[in-house]
Amino acid sequence: MPGLIGKKIGMTSIYSAAGKNIPCTILEVGPCVVTQVRTLEKDGYEAIQLGFGERSEKRTSKAMQGHFKRAGVAPKRKLVEFKNFEGELQPGAELKVDDVFAEGEFVSISGTSKGKGFQGVVKRHGFGGVGQATHGQHNRLRAPGSVGAASTPARVFKGMRMAGQTGNGRVTIENLEVVKVLADEGVLIVKGAVPGHKGSMIIIRKPEA
Amino acid sequence: MDRIKEIASKLVEVQDWPSFQAGDTVEVTIKIKEGNKERLQKFQGVVIQRRGEGHTQTFTVRKMASGVGVERIFPIASPFIDEIKVLKRGKVRRSRIFYLRNLTGKAARIREKRHFKAN
Repeated sequence: MPGLIGKKIGMTSIYSAAGKNIPCTILEVGPCVVTQVRTLEKDGYEAIQLGFGERSEKRTSKAMQGHFKRAGVAPKRKLVEFKNFEGELQPGAELKVDDVFAEGEFVSISGTSKGKGFQGVVKRHGFGGVGQATHGQHNRLRAPGSVGAASTPARVFKGMRMAGQTGNGRVTIENLEVVKVLADEGVLIVKGAVPGHKGSMIIIRKPEA
Repeated sequence: MDRIKEIASKLVEVQDWPSFQAGDTVEVTIKIKEGNKERLQKFQGVVIQRRGEGHTQTFTVRKMASGVGVERIFPIASPFIDEIKVLKRGKVRRSRIFYLRNLTGKAARIREKRHFKAN
């Protein structure tokens, strides 16, 4: 799946040609630089490693500095591998938004969702809570309730939905429509929401053909 | 935030409507598409709020239609708005005059601003 790396700028709404108001997310995508080419002979698989964003040399480890030097590019903030890129690409080649994406296409976007911290079951799994404040209820309005039966099975089943860390995990949203591609600004506009904070790194992939 | 506005301003055009605020009486002409035909419809009433900023701003117009209060929210950048005409400038003391919803008849009148110049 070819794709690019980008940054979330934020949400707004624009109008379609038919006059419909579309909620959309503005993404800064590319220019991405090829930092390595994985080949079948050497690595056992074919892929292309792309880099995006600036990173100061001081903040880059010596090992990574060597990696970037080999490709002949400045240190990048994020590196991601993509498969099935068309055509031969050499390290140092630059890819822009309009090289990969076109208006009307559908893309899938991965990012790190906003962290919500340690949350209870009502927020984390959408439990209903107790729903009653009277009839003997006391300090259990948002409690999870029973987690299982007694002597059989005498344990709590694996995967029981409980409270815990919510958000701040990798989330992929599939089939987001590309509304606009602004090649000059390196901006991609997709319909709908995208995981993560403003300014967070995201990976945009084309769906598998 | 500024980057969003900058990009959005290139994609969405907000026309230069006459300035109006809560309390003003306006007549909004709306384009309505029916099949292939397009016709115009007018909606006249009192502006009870303006909300948001930039091209995502909206305004709410309230009118009484056969004894029933009707409110319509228009996005200011909507391509379906043909014209906005300010008929009266009302003298009100707040920017969101929701108290109008609880008033009917004579009580729902709004004092007019003096020295109003029509545009």
